[in-house]
Amino acid sequence: MSATTQDQETQAREAERPSWNRFFERFGSSGPLVGLLVLVVVLSFLSPAFLTVNNMVNVFQQISVLAILALGMTAVIITAGIDLSVGSIVGLSGVVAGWTFVEAGLPMPVAFLAGLAVGALAGFISGLMITVGKLPPFIATLAMLSMARGLALVISDGQPISGYPDWFRNITRYQLFGVLPLSVLLVVVLFLLGAAYLRYRPSGRALYAIGGNEEVARLSGLKVQREKLKVYTAAGALAGLGGLILLSRLDSAQPTAGAGLELDVIAAVVIGGASLAGGRGSVSGTLVGALIIGFLRNGLNLLDVSAFWQQVIIGAVIAIAVMTDTLRRRSKH
Amino acid sequence: MRRPLIAVVATLTLAVAACGNDDGNGNDGDAAAGDVTIGLSISTLENPFFVTLRDGAEAVAEDAGIELRVSDARDDAQSQANHVQDFITRSVDVLVVNPVDTAAIVPSIEAANDAGIPVVTVDRGSDGGEIAAHVASDNVLGGRLAGEFLFEQIGDSGEVAQLEGIAGTSAARDRGAGFQEALDAASGIDLVGSQAANFSRDEGLTVAENVLQANSGLAGVFAQNDEMALGAVEAARSAGLLDDLVIVGFDATDDALAAIDSGEMDATVAQLPSDMGGAAIEAAIAIANGDDVDAEQSVEVQLVTADNVGDFLE
Repeated sequence: MSATTQDQETQAREAERPSWNRFFERFGSSGPLVGLLVLVVVLSFLSPAFLTVNNMVNVFQQISVLAILALGMTAVIITAGIDLSVGSIVGLSGVVAGWTFVEAGLPMPVAFLAGLAVGALAGFISGLMITVGKLPPFIATLAMLSMARGLALVISDGQPISGYPDWFRNITRYQLFGVLPLSVLLVVVLFLLGAAYLRYRPSGRALYAIGGNEEVARLSGLKVQREKLKVYTAAGALAGLGGLILLSRLDSAQPTAGAGLELDVIAAVVIGGASLAGGRGSVSGTLVGALIIGFLRNGLNLLDVSAFWQQVIIGAVIAIAVMTDTLRRRSKH
Repeated sequence: MRRPLIAVVATLTLAVAACGNDDGNGNDGDAAAGDVTIGLSISTLENPFFVTLRDGAEAVAEDAGIELRVSDARDDAQSQANHVQDFITRSVDVLVVNPVDTAAIVPSIEAANDAGIPVVTVDRGSDGGEIAAHVASDNVLGGRLAGEFLFEQIGDSGEVAQLEGIAGTSAARDRGAGFQEALDAASGIDLVGSQAANFSRDEGLTVAENVLQANSGLAGVFAQNDEMALGAVEAARSAGLLDDLVIVGFDATDDALAAIDSGEMDATVAQLPSDMGGAAIEAAIAIANGDDVDAEQSVEVQLVTADNVGDFLE
């Protein structure tokens, strides 16, 4: 996906390109998707347990939280921003929902909404620090990372909060038609909505313009600050939702849940072809990026690769995935 | 106009921080029979674990007839530095420290070194300075006990997996080494997977799901802490294997004790803080008397199973 301003250039180049490349273009950029297919083929040969229905369901389950966070992060990164606080918000929203239900004794739906609201609020505050406080996104969300994690520890007193109704736990256990977990269905629905928003809504398309050149976007009449505020609030709300899904999966609110997750989320978005310089990125690419990370971790577990080597391999894959993509782009110019 | 505002905020912050810093010095008993004085700086007495550790220390000090002064840093490294400074000023004979933070305690320990006061660390160590003795739970023994129990439960034959903690931490290393000892001594046990889940429950769930996926005949799991074990419990529950899979953790957290009580987990390993506190004071007394002591002292740990979990549940 390229910014709207570059659309004409893209169409001009489109004609010169081989058709299979154009086919891949529909899935964001071709690099990540090719990488994903290669990874799946290689792992299928290496481990008989890999390409089974059960394992695929497991991986989709395992990346559902990562994917939901990465959806919000995609929008943030398109505007040339970054949100380091999403991992902490996962912990905070789970703890707030847990506290509301277990300590305050309010019904679970209320607790669920409280968790979602606190995520959105944290994102909104980050957005205010960036738009009104004029802080760089890196600094504002780094501050929020620390504050949200600290609050999660304060509220929970550093202890896990356990004991939720069965129906809440079954949300992530229930499988539609016996194979499709509800959390995976939720990811699919959210990603379709996100893709439609970025492609068809004026305010969605505006994000590319803001990331491409903020000054030009402002002069052409876009409400830059308001859009940014919306993007960070949405990223916070999605992180809150991710925290609630994790809460349902673990049946326990962990004050340390999601620690370091923001790095995986950023990696998924960047592997998916987004640029940290802004103006480029796509929802489908991000989904592919999240799948690459999920399959890689799952495959390395199945093959019983040592923990030390896993870190080396994952780092190398991130570097290679992003490098092939940028080099491919460069060669076209 | 920005700068003055920042200055005001900074000053206020400092003022508030200073107010919050009260010296929690308790237990200044009259000088007992012996003329040995030991200062014990505890990280926090808001955690029952350390309260029990202090009680064990006080019991040993009373029996030996020496004077023990205890301070509570309330998990604040700055307060702890002040308390250690006070102990040095009062020139205690030996300083026993349970650090809030292994890095932040270094200057305090170096100050004690300069004043010629020997230092004993308990439960947590220090990243620097000279330590006369370090007293902590025997994680290697715990790993071995957990492994032996696990193998016994599955009838000394079958496939097991291990969930490892954060790579490179001493807890992960020692517990893994103990488990390996048990594994080396057992025949018929096959370790089919040993994977890092970084001491966290959500990663424990993910990794346990994957290991179960790769090894359908898995009979047991040893997790290097209870959080990962509880993640494995959820993975086993989803796979419908909760009754078949033997799951052993480490730490005896409240959640794990409850899970053992309800039959979801099979065992965990409990540290004995009272013995730890006692051992630290015994080491300190030996040092004060000029005896040689071991630089590394391991305190016994205990296996908690369904049979004795009642003793640990409050």
